[in-house]
Amino acid sequence: MSVTFLGMPATRPFPRNAARAVRDSQLRFNLRKATRTIRARRASVVAEAPDWAELREAGRAIKEHTLRNLDRYLIQLEEAVTAAGGRVHWAADGAEANRIVAGLVKATGETEVVKVKSMATQEIGLNEALLEHGITAYETDLAELIVQLGDDRPSHILVPAIHRNRAEIREIFAEHMSGWGRPAPEDLTDDPAALAEAARLHLRERFLKTKVAISGANFAIAETGTMVVLESEGNGRMCLTLPRTLISVVGIEKVLPTWRDLEVFLQLLPRSSTGERMNPYTSTWTGAAEGQEFHLVLLDNGRTGVLADEVGRQALRCIRCSACLNVCPVYERAGGHAYGSVYPGPIGAILTPQLRGMESELDRSLPYASSLCGACYEVCPVAIDIPSVLVDLRARARHPWPERAGMAAAGWVFERSGRLARLQRAGGRLRRLVPRRLPGPLGGWTDTRDLPEVPRESFRDWWDRTDGGRR
Amino acid sequence: MSSRDLILARVRRALAGVPDVEITRAYRGPSQTPGEIRLFEERVRDYRAMVHVVDEAGVAERVALSLAGRGARRVVVPAGFPAPWLAAADVEAVADDPPLSAADLDAVDGVLTTCAVAIAETGTIVLDAGPGQGRRALTLVPDYHLCVVRAAQVVAGVPDAVALLAPARPLTWISGPSATSDIELNRVEGVHGPRTLEVLIVT
Amino acid sequence: MRVALFVTCVNDTLFPDTGRAVVRLLRRLGVEADFPRAQTCCGQMHANTGYRDEAVRLARRSVAALRGYDAVVVPSGSCAAMIREQYPKLAGSSGVTPFADAVAQVVPRTYELTEFLVDVLGVTDVGAYFPHRVTYHPTCHSLRGIHLGDRPLTLLRQVRGIELVPLPGAEECCGFGGTFALKNADVSAAMCADKVRAVLDTGAEVLCAADNSCLMHIGGMLGRQKSGVRVMHLAEILCSAETAGVR
Repeated sequence: MSVTFLGMPATRPFPRNAARAVRDSQLRFNLRKATRTIRARRASVVAEAPDWAELREAGRAIKEHTLRNLDRYLIQLEEAVTAAGGRVHWAADGAEANRIVAGLVKATGETEVVKVKSMATQEIGLNEALLEHGITAYETDLAELIVQLGDDRPSHILVPAIHRNRAEIREIFAEHMSGWGRPAPEDLTDDPAALAEAARLHLRERFLKTKVAISGANFAIAETGTMVVLESEGNGRMCLTLPRTLISVVGIEKVLPTWRDLEVFLQLLPRSSTGERMNPYTSTWTGAAEGQEFHLVLLDNGRTGVLADEVGRQALRCIRCSACLNVCPVYERAGGHAYGSVYPGPIGAILTPQLRGMESELDRSLPYASSLCGACYEVCPVAIDIPSVLVDLRARARHPWPERAGMAAAGWVFERSGRLARLQRAGGRLRRLVPRRLPGPLGGWTDTRDLPEVPRESFRDWWDRTDGGRR
Repeated sequence: MSSRDLILARVRRALAGVPDVEITRAYRGPSQTPGEIRLFEERVRDYRAMVHVVDEAGVAERVALSLAGRGARRVVVPAGFPAPWLAAADVEAVADDPPLSAADLDAVDGVLTTCAVAIAETGTIVLDAGPGQGRRALTLVPDYHLCVVRAAQVVAGVPDAVALLAPARPLTWISGPSATSDIELNRVEGVHGPRTLEVLIVT
Repeated sequence: MRVALFVTCVNDTLFPDTGRAVVRLLRRLGVEADFPRAQTCCGQMHANTGYRDEAVRLARRSVAALRGYDAVVVPSGSCAAMIREQYPKLAGSSGVTPFADAVAQVVPRTYELTEFLVDVLGVTDVGAYFPHRVTYHPTCHSLRGIHLGDRPLTLLRQVRGIELVPLPGAEECCGFGGTFALKNADVSAAMCADKVRAVLDTGAEVLCAADNSCLMHIGGMLGRQKSGVRVMHLAEILCSAETAGVR
């Protein structure tokens, strides 16, 4: 089986990437500030919705029902989009999707496209693929622009440049905008408003003249063929509205059965994602709207493999809100790049190994990139039980031999209470000999933490000696 | 085998024997009561949009004041916008007929529209390209958007709006001016869409 | 009522004081708990590290040892969560009927210590005396796994002499996570450092929790830093009495 490409080269295992990140004071500061800001905002708007639990349950059930009937809804979606004047293409993997999109752009005779932020196109490496065909893709979301100009990699689902602070962004703009179009103003400051203004000026002309746009979609309604895009800046509306040709690359799990289902998801997503009652702009369109040429590319790229997994398939419910990233203590300290995938954080830790397999050391390490604290599950608007999926993936991972030996030994001891008691007595006798620093992988503990003192007598020996304290 | 057939076959294989699930909609659905104007006003203002509440007789004067306050000289007014509401304004009303180019739209001082529905709980206005609203680009390229909302158009929550809107029409849901949270997750108003949104509520 | 104490392997081996405190506390409240000698470990470490077969074996042993009691008291939110949340899944996937039967018998009767005190015994004032400044860390599995809610704090508030101070960011993980602390030692230590800072900010002399594994982690760093803050299982505070003298 071919390995699914997820937009980033697989590198070193997570712990090593994370070890580097935790020593980066600037990154730690940026992430801490950003995730804590958004966490508080989400908590306040979620608390404001009196029926949040019911919305969450409906969101979970609608997504689950959709996945259970995915073939039917995909066909219905195709029919509705086609009936409304759009064209539907099916891509079994990323390479096929890239070929389809490149072909569609070439057919227009254009060599430049504007893009709305989309996880699906990042996942398949569309920009790089288009470049091979002589087509330049311009990212228009502010954070994506920061990443593109900085020749950087995204580190967050919603805010790909979350690892950058305002001073770094100012530098990137001042240095690189001129290489891509209108240069940054001479006197650019690091005031966020000034930086947003610079992005507005830089992209304005591009929006007004570019003839082809590429987007993803947050939802695709099977019943009506309607596509839905939520955004904040208006770059999405620019791309969806002004160009003559619009190509939307959408994962097959993005389908929703009915128009009415939006009443649930248009509440769940903004509150979970940006922590707003509603995001500034939501666009919906059906087929070829206002005379535009519309293509929908439905993308599998490993999703049907995930669908086949009884425990793991719930990951396909994900609506990419990134609430799990924002609340995750591991993400907050390791940053998104450590996950080596366009899908970082808790959702990435369960999605990436399922889509890409667990052949590489990095992918095998991802299910362990969690303390199983459960905060992700608690905030997930579609109730994906991420800790359970992590544990399930861990059970399928190949384990290193020293660990296997250690676990087998522990299992052997726990198999008989007598063995445990003997070990405890031995520990009690040798308690003074326990070193302050442990060797090998156990040294990870004693590098920063003292070991507890081994007691002279275990609980069970005390119980036996004193008849449970009665003697 | 086409990719379409391949994907559908994979889906069916993955789902063999998997039971369906029941959808329980215990959340607040469409309500019978109209949206509270005070709440709508407050929620729109939370996005740092300007809001005015006027009665029918005061609309023309308020529109004129807002446009003058903005210093708008040339304003796009889509077909179907109630003419009396514009009567007092000293501006050039630009029609989208023949359709204005993107560059034309970039050169006007603003756009004046009605809306299809407004949502109190989220402070959202929804445009559906109907009379007085025009095509989507009209409320996108100009830097200033003045939207007149009739009190009767204000519904309580998102489910009410979804029930009223027609999916076949291109919809734009607008909640405040264009904004971004991409820099340190702090919200900054004003990126590519209109940086100033002004809402008149007609009671 | 026949009550079994599932003391947990960590308490049994490393923190026998906690086990003794539970026994004495229950005795003071009129409950004579039994200690089924066959018990060892609930299997959480194996299950959460990806060793399902070993976990199933240990789960089968545990339910065999604990079955037949009216209540099983566990002085660990984490091990209680393992039994209540993961045992049914392990039993379901193992396909062994007697195991599933035993799980069905034991799981609804398994209580974390504070649940047993508050819900089963209906006690919130256990007659404890502990004249110290204390902050409470709720621990992830107690908070989000078995939803202990405010039971531990309700019990602590009734303790005479105690000065209870809130822990900032209490709901955040300390970074223990079982083998996570070894496999991702750097991130784990970074999380623990923030928890330690929050604990020190409270000015408390004692950090209390319902889970000794998390306390071992935070306490390990507090100790390494010579912070002078000690960690104590909730049971030991609840067991402290005026007549017992200075511990």
